[in-house]
Parts: sequence; structure tokens; C-alpha cells
Amino acid sequence: MTSRVIHSTRASRIGMAVAAVLILVLLTVPWWGDRASMRLLVEVFYILALAQLWNLLAGYGGLVSVGQQAFVGLGGYLLFILVIFLDVGAIWTVPMAGVLGALISLPIAFIVFRLRGHYFAIGTWVVAEVFLLGFAQVKVLGGGSGMSLPIAAIKSIAASRADRDATIYWLALALAVAVIVGIYLLLRSRYGLALTAIRDSEEASRSLGVDNLRAKLLVFILAAFGTSAIGALIYITKIRITPSAAFDINWTVTIIFIVVIGGIGSIEGPIVGTLIFFLLREPLAPYGTWYLILLGVTAVVVMLKAPKGLWGLFAERFDIALFPVQRRLLLAADDKPG
Amino acid sequence: MIEWVNSIVQGVLTGGLYALFAAGLAIIFGVMRLVNIAHGDLIVLAAFVAMVVIETTGVDPFVSMIAVLPFMFFFGYVLQRGILNYTLGDDLLPPLLVTFGISIVIQNLLLEVFSADSQRLKAGAIETASIKLTEGIEIGTLPLVVFVIAVALIAALQIGFSRTRLGRAFRATSDDPSTARLMGIKQKHIFGLAMAVSLVLVAIAGIFIGIRTNFDPALGPTRLLFAFEAVIIGGLGSMWGTLAGGVILGVAQNIGAKIDPGWQFLAGHIAFLVILVLRPNGLFPRTRDD
Repeated sequence: MTSRVIHSTRASRIGMAVAAVLILVLLTVPWWGDRASMRLLVEVFYILALAQLWNLLAGYGGLVSVGQQAFVGLGGYLLFILVIFLDVGAIWTVPMAGVLGALISLPIAFIVFRLRGHYFAIGTWVVAEVFLLGFAQVKVLGGGSGMSLPIAAIKSIAASRADRDATIYWLALALAVAVIVGIYLLLRSRYGLALTAIRDSEEASRSLGVDNLRAKLLVFILAAFGTSAIGALIYITKIRITPSAAFDINWTVTIIFIVVIGGIGSIEGPIVGTLIFFLLREPLAPYGTWYLILLGVTAVVVMLKAPKGLWGLFAERFDIALFPVQRRLLLAADDKPG
Repeated sequence: MIEWVNSIVQGVLTGGLYALFAAGLAIIFGVMRLVNIAHGDLIVLAAFVAMVVIETTGVDPFVSMIAVLPFMFFFGYVLQRGILNYTLGDDLLPPLLVTFGISIVIQNLLLEVFSADSQRLKAGAIETASIKLTEGIEIGTLPLVVFVIAVALIAALQIGFSRTRLGRAFRATSDDPSTARLMGIKQKHIFGLAMAVSLVLVAIAGIFIGIRTNFDPALGPTRLLFAFEAVIIGGLGSMWGTLAGGVILGVAQNIGAKIDPGWQFLAGHIAFLVILVLRPNGLFPRTRDD
């Protein structure tokens, strides 16, 4: 009897086709969409990408960081530093911020990897506070009151406002798609198998020969790369930066709630979570604090009653995976995928 | 020169308060391996509860403890039995994320009820009284009282852990939960009591913060970080370790503030990171690693 290992199912093939069509439609938005909805979509894209990266860290790598705002802010400040002092084009700062953020994550990992589990979480938060307080001391970067992007740098993106909006929109869409595809491919690779093993049991994966520390370090650096690049993009759209906004814990609060409510440890979870987050935020934003209280309560209830999140409930019920990263063993006798 | 000595003395006194923050965090970590992200927000909650008690009854902040301490004890027990016990297990994520959610809820409820305004608990003459040690070193009576009470509480906890029945139950559960359960220890109840004791310390710390400085609903997260840093610097070995951690943190912050006011908290965080790199298990580690 022969057997083989497959990834895809019928649901996932349909899911891929729907995703491809959705991306094509989203690509055309600058030609027919209005400015406000494009701005909202840009925000959806970068929040989704941040949530995916945090899910990679916490859901797969077991690295529950509460300090990812360190990299959001760092990416933002790298944009300003590169544009103002090194005359780099604003768009080009996005990949450069990613690379520099990844480099800076190495010494950070050296420190915070000494802390395990819960203490790691708070350790990363301390690092983010150090960045916040540290950047507030740098006079050439405007200190605590921050700085604005020069008009020339904004104009360098594109001459007209419509072209600028379209460029930023496509860049945000490309980043979100790249992050999701990148994580999907990573999880299907050998490293993905190692990460999934770590997610399920650190002891068991170590006993099977997985180098846990190396896999975790890789995930930490990749998340720093992506988060810093997105940070640069976020501050291209915001134009103005201050240390307290750039290194705000609320970046991480938002993405943690999204991932927990949507479903941690799956690629679909953060997508579902992001949709719920924006659907709730649009009508509830005027109520400010009540909206955050509602999100907090929802996250607590979801964590207690459905630890795999809303997507986890749905996927378990119907055995569906749109991004199949798990391997399914097919025996020749019942060789009917999906 | 004398100014620096003064900074260090003031730092030691602040450290007593930080040790109080840290002791509450250390107890629950010791007993149930839970890091309570809402710890700082609970300190602020206690300060606001004290404020309400003082405003409605007109008592002194120190007297308000008669009401606030039992309230927080009860609150801690219910929080643990009602929510947190259900998050404990092999997985690290649920307790972390649930306490994180609770932190956001407490913070925003306080913001909604009491607004973002700075508050203060008025304690009268003791606020401004001070004792002159030598020329250039003057210590406030209130910081001194807070420090002495903190040291006394930590001593009491240390003795309580080694001598009392409850302390023995805490240590047994910490060392080997399943054997402790076999010996007839009701784990859920013990966890509830540990959180209750932790929140009594939180209540005392919250009232002291309220008397010593201004407080507002957004203050919690930084207090959590101070508590955490003091615990890690101290090294989880004993309650005295958390006192040492608190004092080191307080001194680092005061020396930082002396160099430049913007460097106060930054210096504390950097001191923590340096100690973490040089002595990953803290200054007074537990001899047996678990």
C-alpha cells in the first residue's frame, strides 16, 4: 500500500481561488474607490500584517511578546532618519527599515531570550519602554514632541495627491499579501514543521531533534523585519511621529486582541480577527473607552471559552483550512483528497 | 557629593515602595507560576477605591485601609476563583492573555468612571514633614514611614512563608502541586488565597502611591514594569530579594533623575537590562532551579 503526504484540500483550493480574486479586486480600488475608504483599507492592511507577524511569534514560536511596538516605532523613526539625514526616497525606507529592524533585533534577542515564558513578555515591554524614553531624549529627532515628514519627502513618493494615495495603497496591500504568503510558505517548509512542533509541545519537539532556540530566534528576527518595515509604512501614512505614539503599547494591545479573538496559531485567525476588529471599531469608535472595554472582555471570554478563537471553532466544526499548513497523510486505498 | 548621597538615600526609600509592588507579583508567581499583567492596574484600582472610601467617609488614608484591604483581599480571591483558575495549565498563553485583557478593562473602566485627571490622597501634615539627617540630606517622614512598613511587611511575609500553616501550603503547592494535592491541600482555594494576599499588598502599595505622588488611570503599566524589574533583579530567591531589587531600582531611577530628569525611568530600565545580561537569574537566585 502506498501513501503520500498532501497539504491541500478542496476547501483550500476554493479558498485560494477566492483569495486570488479578492486580491485582484483590491488591486483595482485606486481606480474607483474614494479617498476615505482607501485610507481605511491601508489601515486594515497594515494592522492585518502586524497581527499575522505577532501570531507567527506567539502562536507558532511560543514567543509571547508584549513589546512589538518597539519595532513599529523603530520602523517609523528609521523612516524619518533615512529620509531627513540620508536623503533616501520615502518608499525605499520601507525595505531598509525592515533590514535595519532585523539587525537591531539581534542584540534585543540576546537580552530578552534570557527570560522565559511570562517574563519574556514583560521583558520585551521593558525594551519597548527603553526605546520610547530613549527616542524622547534625542534632540535632533524632536525629543518628546517628535517631528514631521518634510514636504519634499512626501512629494518624492509621487507628484500628485491621487498618485501618492495609490502608491501607498498598493504598497500596503503588497506588504500584507507578502507577509501572509511569506508566513504560509515558511510554515510549509521544514522550519514550519519545527515551529508547529514547538507550538504543540516544546519538550516533544526538542526530543525529536528540533533546535528550539534557533527556530525561535529565526521567528523573532523575521517578525522584527516585517514589523519594522510596516512601521515605516505606517508613518508614511501618518506623516507626523512622536515617541509616545510610535512606541505606544496600544499597537500591541490591538494586534493581540485581534489574534486572540480571531484564533491564535492559524493564518486564518488573524484575518478573521482583523475583520471583526474593524467591523466593531467603525460603529463603536465614538464611544472610545467602552469600545476597548468591550474588546478586552471579548478577548478574555474567547480565551476562556474558545482558546483557538472564532476561526478555531469554525475550522473544528467543519474541518476547513483555507491556508493548509498541516500535512495530511493519504493512504492509497482512499486516495481522494479533500 | 552630598547631593549624590541624598539621591541614593531617596532612592532607597522609593525602593521600599517598589518592593511592595514586587512582593505581590512574586507571591503569585511563586505559588502558581502566573505573571499577572494586570498587577499595576490593580495597584491603581486600589488607590481609586481608597479615594472613594476617603471621600465618602472623610477618614485619613491610613485609616481607609480598614476598608480597602479586606475589599482587595476579597476581590483577589474572587478574581482567582472566578476567572484566573480556569486559565492555569501547561499552556502559558491563557493566563498571560487573560490578565492582559483584564488590565485593559480595569484601565478603561477607571478612565470612564474617574476621568484621566490626576488624583491624590490627602494625608495631612505627614505629607510635608521631614527629618534632617545632616546638611543636604533631609528625608521625608512619609517616605520613611512607607519604607519601614514595606520592610516590616516583607519580613512578616518571609516569616509567614516559613512558619505558618498557610505559608507551608503555599510552598508545598509551589514545589510540587500534584503531591500537595494528594496531601489534602485544596489547590484552587490556595491559589485564591495567594491572589488575595497579593492584592492586600497591592492595596497597601496603591494607598502609599496615592499619598506620595499623583495617580491616574494610565499609571498601571509602568508600575507593573517596576514590580517585574524588582522581582527579576532580586532573583525570586526570597522576599528579601525583592526588597533588594526594589531598592536597586529606586536608587538607579533617582541617580538617573539627578543626571537629567528625563533619565529617571530610563536609568531604572537600563539598570534592569544590564543586570539581566550579567546575572540572568538575578542577584539572589533560588538555589534549586525549577
